[in-house]
Amino acid sequence: MSTIDAPRSPLVSPQRRRKRGINWEKWGWIYMRASGVVLVVLIFGHLFVNLFAGEGVKAIDFAFVAGKLADPFWVAWDTLLLWLALIHGANGMRTIVNDYANNRLVRYILLGAIALSTIVLLTLGTLVIYTFDPCPAGSPADLLPSFCPVP
Amino acid sequence: MPVPDEPAATLAKEPLALPKIGMPRRPAGTLYRGREGMWSWVLHRITGVSIYFFLLVHILDTALVRLSPESYNAVINTYKTPIMGLGELALVAAIGLHGLNGLRIILIDFWSVGTRHQRLLFWIVIGLWLVLLAGFAPRQLMHIFGGAA
Repeated sequence: MSTIDAPRSPLVSPQRRRKRGINWEKWGWIYMRASGVVLVVLIFGHLFVNLFAGEGVKAIDFAFVAGKLADPFWVAWDTLLLWLALIHGANGMRTIVNDYANNRLVRYILLGAIALSTIVLLTLGTLVIYTFDPCPAGSPADLLPSFCPVP
Repeated sequence: MPVPDEPAATLAKEPLALPKIGMPRRPAGTLYRGREGMWSWVLHRITGVSIYFFLLVHILDTALVRLSPESYNAVINTYKTPIMGLGELALVAAIGLHGLNGLRIILIDFWSVGTRHQRLLFWIVIGLWLVLLAGFAPRQLMHIFGGAA
């Protein structure tokens, strides 16, 4: 049987491989598998509650989301989902860019765009989850969850 | 002293003589190319990229809950049309395949039995995926085209 070359991007591994220190590629590899297992549970739970149970996507509106985010259980669930999924996706995109973007400049631009969008969206998403007000003042009561105080 | 090849002289004689790169002949006993292993890898990449771009949009649309109930409802209502409903079905199909195949990859990486039976595992993934879709698709179509609600 012929030997198959190690599937490594020629642009990254040889120059970047370090003799000592943290092996980031190894930890990235482990992260994909560890986060993947957790994401299977988190995403299927997310899809079940939002798309399958009740009236599915038609039941989703501000009141529905506010009701979920008023519960610490779903706050923790969504925070974990945000961080694990976005970093998992960004690391996967990094692998694909390293595989196919042969031009050095294009590769740096794409990797930079992935890193930047990941940082911006993690910050935005986390701020939204933890500064969220399920009963914003001045909003019509029929758009708000039923537990909001009637003005 | 061995004389190395003289590419300069060769190039001077035949400037257009590029090295011939044809389709490599399939080596006997290849385990990967063109079989379940390769196609699961291709599908994993395609579904992964698709899910990633949906995730970017989904974080932004959900962030609208922080702006106002009206703006979030306006955007989420565009997800309730029949076309987007079919899009959600495709999304769930992509996520299902990516997740199940991801578990297959983990079994291959950490379990010798998984490595030996990776091809069978691929068809188990496809089977479980069809079961998943058989459960979700009617429900989603009912929600989208069912009228009430």
